[in-house]
Amino acid sequence: MNDQTLTAEERAANLKGMGCARKRVEDVRFTQGKGNYVDDIKMDGMLFGDFVRSPYAHARVKSVNKEAALALPGVIAVLTAEDLAPLGLHWMPTLAGDKQMVLADGKVLFQGQEVAFVVAEDRYIAADAAELVDVDYEELPVITDPFESLKSDVVLREDLEGQTEGAHGPRKHHNHIFTWEQGDKDATEAVLAEADVVAEEMVYYHRTHPCPLETCGSVASMDKVTGKLTLYGTFQAPHAIRTVVSLISGIAEHNIRVISPDIGGGFGNKVGAYAGYVCSVVASIVTGKPVKWVEDRMENLMSTAFARDYWMQGKIAATKEGKITGLWCHTTADHGGFDACADPTKFPAGFMNICTGSYDIPMAYLAVDGVYTNKAPGGVAYRCSFRVTEAAYFIERMIEVLAIKLNMDAAELRRINFIKADQFPYQSALGWEYDSGDYHTAWEKALKAVDYDSLRAEQAQRVEDFKAGKTRKVLGIGLTHFTEIVGAGPVKNCDILGLGMFDSCEIRIHPTGSAIARLGTISQGQGHATTFAQIIASEIGLPADDITLEEGDTDTAPYGLGTYGSRSTPVAGAATAMAARKIRAKAQMIAAYLLEVHDNDVEWDVDRFAVKGAPERFKTMKEIAFAAYNQAIPGLEPGLEAVSYYDPPNMTYPFGAYICVMEIDVDTGEWEVRQFYALDDCGTRINPMIIEGQVHGGVTEALAIAMGQEIAYDEMGNIKTGTLMDFFIPTAWETPNYTTDHTVTPSPHHPIGAKGVGESPNVGGVPAFSNAVHDAFRPFGLVQSHMPHDHWRIWKIANNLGMHG
Amino acid sequence: MIPAGFEYHRPGDIASAIGILQEHGDEARVIAGGHSLIPMMKLRMAEMGHLVDLQGIDELKGIDIGAETITLGAMVTQHEMITHDGLAVAVPLIREAALQIADPQVRYVGTIGGNVANGDPGNDMPGLMQCLNASFELSGPDGIRSVAARDFYEAAYFTAREDEEILTRISIPKPGAGVGQAYEKQKRKIGDYATAAAAVMIGNGQASVAMTNLADTPIWSEEAGAWLAGGNIEGCVAAMLDAIDPVEDNRGPVEFKKHVAAVMLRRAIDRASSRAG
Repeated sequence: MNDQTLTAEERAANLKGMGCARKRVEDVRFTQGKGNYVDDIKMDGMLFGDFVRSPYAHARVKSVNKEAALALPGVIAVLTAEDLAPLGLHWMPTLAGDKQMVLADGKVLFQGQEVAFVVAEDRYIAADAAELVDVDYEELPVITDPFESLKSDVVLREDLEGQTEGAHGPRKHHNHIFTWEQGDKDATEAVLAEADVVAEEMVYYHRTHPCPLETCGSVASMDKVTGKLTLYGTFQAPHAIRTVVSLISGIAEHNIRVISPDIGGGFGNKVGAYAGYVCSVVASIVTGKPVKWVEDRMENLMSTAFARDYWMQGKIAATKEGKITGLWCHTTADHGGFDACADPTKFPAGFMNICTGSYDIPMAYLAVDGVYTNKAPGGVAYRCSFRVTEAAYFIERMIEVLAIKLNMDAAELRRINFIKADQFPYQSALGWEYDSGDYHTAWEKALKAVDYDSLRAEQAQRVEDFKAGKTRKVLGIGLTHFTEIVGAGPVKNCDILGLGMFDSCEIRIHPTGSAIARLGTISQGQGHATTFAQIIASEIGLPADDITLEEGDTDTAPYGLGTYGSRSTPVAGAATAMAARKIRAKAQMIAAYLLEVHDNDVEWDVDRFAVKGAPERFKTMKEIAFAAYNQAIPGLEPGLEAVSYYDPPNMTYPFGAYICVMEIDVDTGEWEVRQFYALDDCGTRINPMIIEGQVHGGVTEALAIAMGQEIAYDEMGNIKTGTLMDFFIPTAWETPNYTTDHTVTPSPHHPIGAKGVGESPNVGGVPAFSNAVHDAFRPFGLVQSHMPHDHWRIWKIANNLGMHG
Repeated sequence: MIPAGFEYHRPGDIASAIGILQEHGDEARVIAGGHSLIPMMKLRMAEMGHLVDLQGIDELKGIDIGAETITLGAMVTQHEMITHDGLAVAVPLIREAALQIADPQVRYVGTIGGNVANGDPGNDMPGLMQCLNASFELSGPDGIRSVAARDFYEAAYFTAREDEEILTRISIPKPGAGVGQAYEKQKRKIGDYATAAAAVMIGNGQASVAMTNLADTPIWSEEAGAWLAGGNIEGCVAAMLDAIDPVEDNRGPVEFKKHVAAVMLRRAIDRASSRAG
């Protein structure tokens, strides 16, 4: 029998457990077009909704005339705020403690805001009817600049007029949302005052959008016989959505079933609650029929959650030798018309206070002012853990700016200031406890891999050649060492709408030794069905191929807070390991009973329990599973299943070293990434192939953001980049080759030492690309310029530096 | 992104297509590959009661390489032009430019006729056709007439074609031996309209220069061509910069576009000259 002849290594390999580059099991259906997304859901008698949206960024809605629309054959209803008000659903709470109009209640605050919801028998009639709804607007002054907004007499949020206290403390102005302060202001300013050197810059991380391949949508079906509401939707947090729907609709939570089917990318865009979800639910309650709403690409870009839009004023202090002594940051955060950020309650600016980065900075201060403007709401974590991308971009730019001020090599400046391996766990000046890291090792490995000194020599020669008129191309070497903070989070300080940010896993072992596991998370492309099965395989010795994984159905899966902020592996992955260990503990008792020895006389060996000192006497997990269902074991219940709710003791802190080498044509602003090296340390690596895929995807998104992708508005608040003609999504043509690498520094507090990786490449990639652009022009005098670095902005840098003769 | 309703027609010959256009007047539009028209319909910026699909008309297809003239049927796709060996030898410029249009999927369906007839200043082929001194055959109720590409474009989306006419064929004088050609295009990503693009043909003492997406029509400058034919590149560039009239958009402000226009033009001249014999 195989079990007796195979070595332990061979048996472990057969499990395809942790460390195995196992192929993604999801891809069997995705690559054949057999996925089941929200828009694939068809139900008998299903109706279709479409929005009438505001063409204006700020206007009073004087009247909405539905007559012509209702007269169109096939139109069932046209809902406005007036219709939702009796149900109390014309406004909804946001995840940030603010409230947001579901349908325009007297005014609109951004272009594309939902004004009326048309329900019709088919999608085409709904679109025709939306055209026929006649809305009378009175235009109001538009504010698109957050600094202007804080000075303006124009009141954007009349509903909050007179409220000097917001969800996160005092409001200083009628367009002000909150001030969030971290660190010691006075002590930091004292350090700045006495420092040898202080570098100061405004670092702007522009507004962009997660733009997942699949847009947002929902199908609501109210069964008036059973009183049960079933809601399918593009939800990154299905369980939280169920609770929110119950709280705002008054439908008892047990009568609501929320299902996230296959999701085609989320990147934070699908965390929030949207008007479309609410309207599909209301329309289904009103009509008694299923109602589908799916937004199109333009609606996605203009109305569902944006990301970033942080103006970060920074000061960094250092000794002449380059030892950083203090960091100061004041951020003006443009939140748009409503504060709909998706951050843990106590963190209105997310984890922006990770902005001391990878560096041992003894004193720091951060303040963030949230501001209303006439732009779309959002501020979500676009492939990032709650503003970590903003924080990483800020510190990685400030390091470069300081290096210029000190006339020092930026790689050396980082080396001088890294937190040392023996300083972990490390207490940061802004309140975090970094779990583990070895930055110097990663950094030296990265510099060696790209032959950093040769690159610098080549760059120096290029500068000479440029000045001599031999070339019109400059060379940039973009450095980044980032530290992430992911895995939100410990219930003691992380909740969303009062829901603690633990996560969960339930595992049931079937009699024949296969299993099903259900989690509180939901994959949007991360490959959970592949990787979580690997964790279980390694923990309990059943092959990953024999383990089914389910997520997203609130009637079957245990409660969890969902997938975003790279939290699935740190939190639900931990819950998975813990649930598996409960099963293994029971299996040990079963094995001991079967082997007729004491529980403590058997030991775990890859896929079996064996009698200590007699390895030929064993029971495999498969045998134990069957025994759990057919043996009456004294003192043990039948069956073999477990559930774990995991409250992480700390965040995890993945890190990485990225280096980008870029060629730039100063005459056209065109760029070419010649080399991109990405070293990631995400702790224990569950599936190297999936990690590599995550890094490729994330760096490509970072390339887009740094080099062209933006949500831009004109001064009237019209969105200028509302289609994929202008909103930059790289194709294969624009995507460079990447070299991936890794070090492994496990998390000491995570059951399997894993830290999460999905967002690292976006967090580290953006500063790497941006620093490459800056670095190319550093020898010609550039200190700071703003992203996105599209052709004309790069050309403008060269032009301003007098490089066009 | 849901278009308004329309009647769909698929005539089998040119005469029937013209008949449908006559019957419905400005309520009707012909559709070739649809890559310009369909997005406009989905945005509801173009609404028409009748869509006349030309896919079923065989006489609009085919590439003919004659002794003096190259003839392209209006429904020849970009892909067919790219893969036609004879065309690549006779007018290498067309293949070079077609490879810069959108992506393979679009090029399988997008047609030369649709590209030149729509009058979109962002399209690449109109400037190219002006550079090559092509002429467009227009079939209408009153018969067939020919209009030079250099006279065809009046303003953005306004051309010399009447509502009831169909652009059926494109004729290009075969460039002589020793003529070098080049198309240089700066774009933000593959498939994008040009930030600036230049088509240049030079050789045998003659030259022709046209530029794309730098005004509300393609710009062919007789003066720029004359300077270049005389060997004065700076004169050519100055004349062309005088002729273009770019506007600011997401690709950048006017001063940037003018700068890039000059860069593209110089590069196209360099490359065309290196190919001239």
